[in-house]
Amino acid sequence: MFTERPKFLDPVRSYSESEYRFLAQIYESPLQYHYLHRPYTLQPQTLTQMPDIVYLDKNGQELNEPVQPEDIAFTEYRFSLQNGIKYQPHPAFAKSNTGQHYYHQLTRKETSRLKTLNHFEYTGTRELVANDYIHQIKRIADPRLHSPINGLMQNYIVGLKELNTELQKATANSQTSVDLRDFTLSGVTSPNDHQFNIRIYGQYPQFIYWLAMPFFAPMPWEADIFYAQPGLAENNISLNWYPVGTGAYMLSENNPNLRMVLEKNPNFRGQTYPSTGDIGDKENGLLDDAGKTIPFIDKAVYILEKESIPYWNKFLQGYFDSSGISSDSFDSAISFSSSGNIGVSNEMKEKGVTLETVVNTSLFYLGFNMLDPVIGGTSERARLLRQAISIAVDYEEYISIFLNGRGIAGQGPIPPGIFGYQEGAAGVNSTVYDWQNNNYQRKPIKYAKSLLEKANYKNGIDGLTSKPLSLFYESIDQGPDSKARLNWLRKQLEKIDIQLIIRSTDYNRFQEKMSTGRAQLFNWGWNADYPDPENFLFLLYSPQGKVKHKGENAANYANPEFDRLFDQMKNMPNSPERQKTIDKMVKIVQHDAPWIFAFHPKSFSLQHAWYKNTKPFIMGNTGTLRYKRIDAPLRNQKREQWNQPITWPIIFILALLIGLIIPAVLAYKKHERKRVL
Amino acid sequence: MMSYIARRILYAIPILLGVNILTFLLFFFVNTPDDIARAQLGDRRVTAEAIEQWKASKGYDKPMFWNSDADSFKKLSETVFYDKSVRMMFFDFGSSDSGRDINYDISQRMWPSLAIAIPSLLIGLAINISLALMIVFFRGTTIDTAAVVICVFLLSISSLFYIIGGQFLISKLLHLVPISGYDSGINAFKFLILPVIIGVISGIGSGVRWYRTLFIEEISKDYVRTARAKGLKETTVLFRHVLNNAMIPILTGVVVILPLLFMGSLLTESFFSIPGLGSYTIDGIQRQDFAIVRSMVYLGSVLYIIGLILTDISYTIVDPRVRLN
Repeated sequence: MFTERPKFLDPVRSYSESEYRFLAQIYESPLQYHYLHRPYTLQPQTLTQMPDIVYLDKNGQELNEPVQPEDIAFTEYRFSLQNGIKYQPHPAFAKSNTGQHYYHQLTRKETSRLKTLNHFEYTGTRELVANDYIHQIKRIADPRLHSPINGLMQNYIVGLKELNTELQKATANSQTSVDLRDFTLSGVTSPNDHQFNIRIYGQYPQFIYWLAMPFFAPMPWEADIFYAQPGLAENNISLNWYPVGTGAYMLSENNPNLRMVLEKNPNFRGQTYPSTGDIGDKENGLLDDAGKTIPFIDKAVYILEKESIPYWNKFLQGYFDSSGISSDSFDSAISFSSSGNIGVSNEMKEKGVTLETVVNTSLFYLGFNMLDPVIGGTSERARLLRQAISIAVDYEEYISIFLNGRGIAGQGPIPPGIFGYQEGAAGVNSTVYDWQNNNYQRKPIKYAKSLLEKANYKNGIDGLTSKPLSLFYESIDQGPDSKARLNWLRKQLEKIDIQLIIRSTDYNRFQEKMSTGRAQLFNWGWNADYPDPENFLFLLYSPQGKVKHKGENAANYANPEFDRLFDQMKNMPNSPERQKTIDKMVKIVQHDAPWIFAFHPKSFSLQHAWYKNTKPFIMGNTGTLRYKRIDAPLRNQKREQWNQPITWPIIFILALLIGLIIPAVLAYKKHERKRVL
Repeated sequence: MMSYIARRILYAIPILLGVNILTFLLFFFVNTPDDIARAQLGDRRVTAEAIEQWKASKGYDKPMFWNSDADSFKKLSETVFYDKSVRMMFFDFGSSDSGRDINYDISQRMWPSLAIAIPSLLIGLAINISLALMIVFFRGTTIDTAAVVICVFLLSISSLFYIIGGQFLISKLLHLVPISGYDSGINAFKFLILPVIIGVISGIGSGVRWYRTLFIEEISKDYVRTARAKGLKETTVLFRHVLNNAMIPILTGVVVILPLLFMGSLLTESFFSIPGLGSYTIDGIQRQDFAIVRSMVYLGSVLYIIGLILTDISYTIVDPRVRLN
């Protein structure tokens, strides 16, 4: 089931979870995350081993151990591909007996008759080669494709910026067709068909995580040539609609307004189910299939279901194997025990439904614009004001009221599950909480008011102007609960005598206000791209400032000490030393309070008894469908049992209608026989 | 009549031009090309250069109405308005902001909309007219009063309630038909039963009451008394005379909506997961794909005008006294 049509299925363009759930099954980036190991661990996907990482000096010469960071001018990642990996059947690869591609020189007249990929008679395949990865990296720089990481990667991959400039010139005339094979990318080389190297500027340890994302999935040049032919785009035959991958599945039907069907790729090389897992995985049956060949499921049908009510009912009828839980169905699905433990309701238990929960590697925060003259800046007065507000806005209450308890209050910028997150007393945000009785205890409102008094805002009155303090909150909140949420927020600030004025705005205006620094308070969030603290801490790094640098630091927070520590931390391996640096950084932002670390959402997922090998997996860029198994006989039996048609009400209604028609007919006949005079 | 139709079509041109300009102004001044670019590119790691490149690739980097840097006719043609609106006047909707061909999508998605709308209209019309005539037959009796009360009750209920209630009762409790979904060809039939039933039932209250009013007005006229005086059966009077003479207001209501059936129903398609034009429009709005929304607004206007012309023509068919000059 999916609720939203995937916007892009071109891996160079796609950057959302709703797209990755399909793309990750079809395309194979060089690396992937282990399905069972936690914390998330990278492992080779199409490679023979993890890439070799070599540091080079400014002349391109390898540096000998021990490497001094200041000597590193480039880092080179060296990859070795497995042999025998083949693409799914696709007409782009189809060749005649003479070795010519059947469908690479179609005329507009020919393409006008081809409305779907199934209209092509022949398909073919070929082996994955290193150049396919290089081709895809070139595509990142192609201005026609609008890859979201084009700008970011230009800062790292050697030659990508120059290639982008070249391609901009080459594609300026939209009539000219451009073949990326005619362009070179100096930083990416291939010694042979099964090896390639990527050279990046300086050191960027997080680069390896990008290699597990579909942006770096291989793209055969044949696909580009095939889809660029005149007339195909007019029939909506494009790479964005019909992917070409080497993964366990291929998209055999793409009608995202109705359903999308993934079928086993007949050319898939076959992998085995993991034989090692985490603590408890064996007991939970997650290693029952260890060593077996995957994928288990031949065909997966994803159905578009936009509304929560029919979606929930279909899950209860057994037509969906798993389901999230909307607010409407929460009470009927979940029950809390007297000790506060969460479980499924009796109705769900009877159906054999099980619950899986996981705290997402995401953070929602309430940001203060640090460029704002009242709430922002580094002055003690503004800092005390932000701290007081941080105490007043009770996100434990928010989670309980608006999220049915599905979240945990944030203590810092790093969510659980990411290196650097500290649990318990070590991670407490001492600006907002006290650690008491082994639990977080929000500081009292009285304390928040005392902070305000120190900041010369006694009783919410600005001591400098003698006017009540009013703050502005930019709201893009919409939907049935938005009014309640905004009222709740207003009341939180009323607790410390601050008046909150809600400025409702549409998303575009909101973006504009954020990029020009005209917002004062706002809500924002971030989902992890990869499991590294850098991916969250960079949101507070001053060179990422939204107003000055158009980056992702929406609060425009700038602290030189934080920046210095960030520069240190980003290149460190995960180690106690790195943890110490992160702790220092977290303490700085907890003290400066540019954000209220609102909450980390918690996902609840329900599974039917026939759906096997399910484990919460929130790094969406790895395809997990191949590990899942369905007990089809059990599913069929349950569906039949739960959905027996009940016909007696129809018979009753028909009888009732007949019962009404007979007196009507009699009345008509009586009327017709009635004498007028 | 041909000259009348030609004249009406000519009248339609300035109206459609007005619609075109109005939607252009609404969409492009409320949402600048930068906003559209941001909506398409997402909000993660989008650089200013990426926005500029997207605008250039979609032609949004040109001046809105007048390109003073261009020569002669290009001053007009090298503009966003010309690119996005002139082709639309000739039903070339171009590609959506996400890159798909809109004409192709419309041609694919109008069929599911029609598959629900046509049976709902025809069955609803037959049931509503029959029920209204039956009530008129019993006019002034307790049956008439009860029927009017039931109609008022039915029309007071929100269509959303009919949908949710219908799905709950017929699909969830009785398991008679699928709750939602769609399929191609004959397999679509089982998915259409519920939306059509709900479409018909939800329209009974207002439909029957409206037709009853029309028939009651007709039934008090002299020609009906004459027909009865001739000894015609009441059913003949109602079906042959009253119904025929009430056709003009019925047609006014029905023919005008015929072309709009293409546009689909936003709510029904959304709740039943029908991939029609109604959900296409909703998707366009949700994704801020204004190329789709503008195309659908324009198409809606064209179809409405066609509906009005068809209504005028139908008058001449049902009432020979009407002449289109």
